[in-house]
Amino acid sequence: MRAHTAIFVVLSILALIAPWLGLYPVFLMKLLCFAMFACAFNLLLGYTKMLSFGHAAYFGSSAYVTGWLATVHGWGTVESILGGVAVAMLLGLVIGAIAVRRQGIYFAMITLALSQLVFFVCLQANFTGGENGLQGIPRGTIFGVMALGRDRTMYYFVLAAFIAAFVFIRRIVHSPFGQVLNAIRANEPRAISLGYKVDRYKLVAFVLSASLAGLAGSLKALVLGFVTLSDVSQGTSGEVILMTLLGGSGTFLGPVVGAILVVTLQEYLSDVVGAWVSVIIGGIFVVCVITFRRGFVGEIQRRFASRAGELVKRAG
Amino acid sequence: MTVVFGVPLPAILGQLMLGLVNGSFYALLSLGLAVIFGLLGVVNFAHGAFYMLGAFAAYIGLQFLGVNYWCALLLAPLAVGLLGIVIERLFLRHLYQLDPLYGLLLTFGIALIAEGTMRGIFGASGKSYPVPESLQGGFNLGFMVLPIYRAWAVFASLTVCGLTWFLIERTRLGAMLRAATENARLVQAFGINVPLMVMTTYGAGVALAALAGVLAAPVTQVSPLMGSSLVIVVFAVVVIGGMGSIIGAIVSGLVLGMIEGLTKVIYPEASNIVVFVIMAVVLIWRPTGLFGRE
Repeated sequence: MRAHTAIFVVLSILALIAPWLGLYPVFLMKLLCFAMFACAFNLLLGYTKMLSFGHAAYFGSSAYVTGWLATVHGWGTVESILGGVAVAMLLGLVIGAIAVRRQGIYFAMITLALSQLVFFVCLQANFTGGENGLQGIPRGTIFGVMALGRDRTMYYFVLAAFIAAFVFIRRIVHSPFGQVLNAIRANEPRAISLGYKVDRYKLVAFVLSASLAGLAGSLKALVLGFVTLSDVSQGTSGEVILMTLLGGSGTFLGPVVGAILVVTLQEYLSDVVGAWVSVIIGGIFVVCVITFRRGFVGEIQRRFASRAGELVKRAG
Repeated sequence: MTVVFGVPLPAILGQLMLGLVNGSFYALLSLGLAVIFGLLGVVNFAHGAFYMLGAFAAYIGLQFLGVNYWCALLLAPLAVGLLGIVIERLFLRHLYQLDPLYGLLLTFGIALIAEGTMRGIFGASGKSYPVPESLQGGFNLGFMVLPIYRAWAVFASLTVCGLTWFLIERTRLGAMLRAATENARLVQAFGINVPLMVMTTYGAGVALAALAGVLAAPVTQVSPLMGSSLVIVVFAVVVIGGMGSIIGAIVSGLVLGMIEGLTKVIYPEASNIVVFVIMAVVLIWRPTGLFGRE
């Protein structure tokens, strides 16, 4: 536990000084947004074992709504974000209510199909700008004084939001509610027989995850200043799965590590290899599933755990 | 001219016909998906990619190797089916003991590889595949002209669907297959080579997808992404029909294709989403699907 705290302190300090280390702030903010997205996704896959194959729907629709409110209606930054998150939450409630009626593989297929529905709505609706997407989204100011136009100011705003979301997810997982989710993950029929209304727990988890994914999407829209169809597409849903899987699902830091790896990889590879980047992403998927199912952080934790176990054995 | 819902009748019939063509592709694809899921417990996300590879195999055959349509109809599914067998041997068989979600993720990765590779080689734009000479032209039915190729595509798909149904439900081989679906270990104890059967089934399911791809090549554009959104529609079809049922897969594929066609005339904006909306309604009303059992 002490090691955990130390890791978090070191990482927080790193995150605080990162923009002064010569790293490009917009890139860092993109990392944070996707890390938040992956953490939100991990709440479902890692702690409840629900594979949502359409999480881009919440990420992207919230991004669109935030962008639309900020550009067309001139809403303030915080109000636009809240508006986006509210839509993601509502969408999560509707899609979740339908999808939790089935488990496992069916759940995955249903969330995928319904997110495709959201994609087509975004493609055809007027307010999304169709194929062009939304551009020139202003970052605005918060609390009436802090202008977010400067990248470093925006960075600390996004970082604060990320840390809040991260702590919030940790709080959920360690709460009694989180323990019930864990029980559902481990043995759903047993949780039902113990009298838990499993579907209701799953739905709440789904709505929470969708809302946080929405928050990540809203922030990304403000950071980059644009939203495109790819934010709400199947490809983005796949990427967040890969981030979580590669970093380690069911671990707190796994999705963060995974997001950093995947976003960095895309950023640098897309210049070098162009269209072949999806081949590489697909290849990582295959390798991950065949040989590396715990992900980086999960694998490290297991090594440490087994070494600690050996020490205990030797001492005893 | 007869008018229904404010739309001329020929337009409706034309779209219905187009819907029937799409529906027969849905039927072929969801049939393969259902057969694979039945025996392997794997939801084959790469199904759309194999459909695309089938169409590309026909295109490559015609452009570079001089293989005509009729040979491609046989050779492309064979080649893609073999590829499927290789994938099953190399990757999928390691996952049978694990949560089925891993099979979905693995085949998703394979779909990305296949689509990315074809896009890297051929670019993202669509290629056209000519309708074979013997199937050009159309029948004049009086109220509309029915293109011969479309009629052929529907006929061929339905014939193959029927044959597959017969093979699975009415032959000894099919009986073994169904038995292995119920209890693979017991069937293996009777001396039947179940791993071989699993491998062949995956190859055959993939070959069905490739066949749909060849049939579709002259109707739609051959492009690397032609399967990626199709596979999601087919997933929805399979959820509506109930995953375990062969007949369910075929019937719901056809019917949903026609409903989609009708929607194109009545309310075009909704034609992309109508299948998903129907899926949501069916799930609320009957969570196991129309033909499914728990």
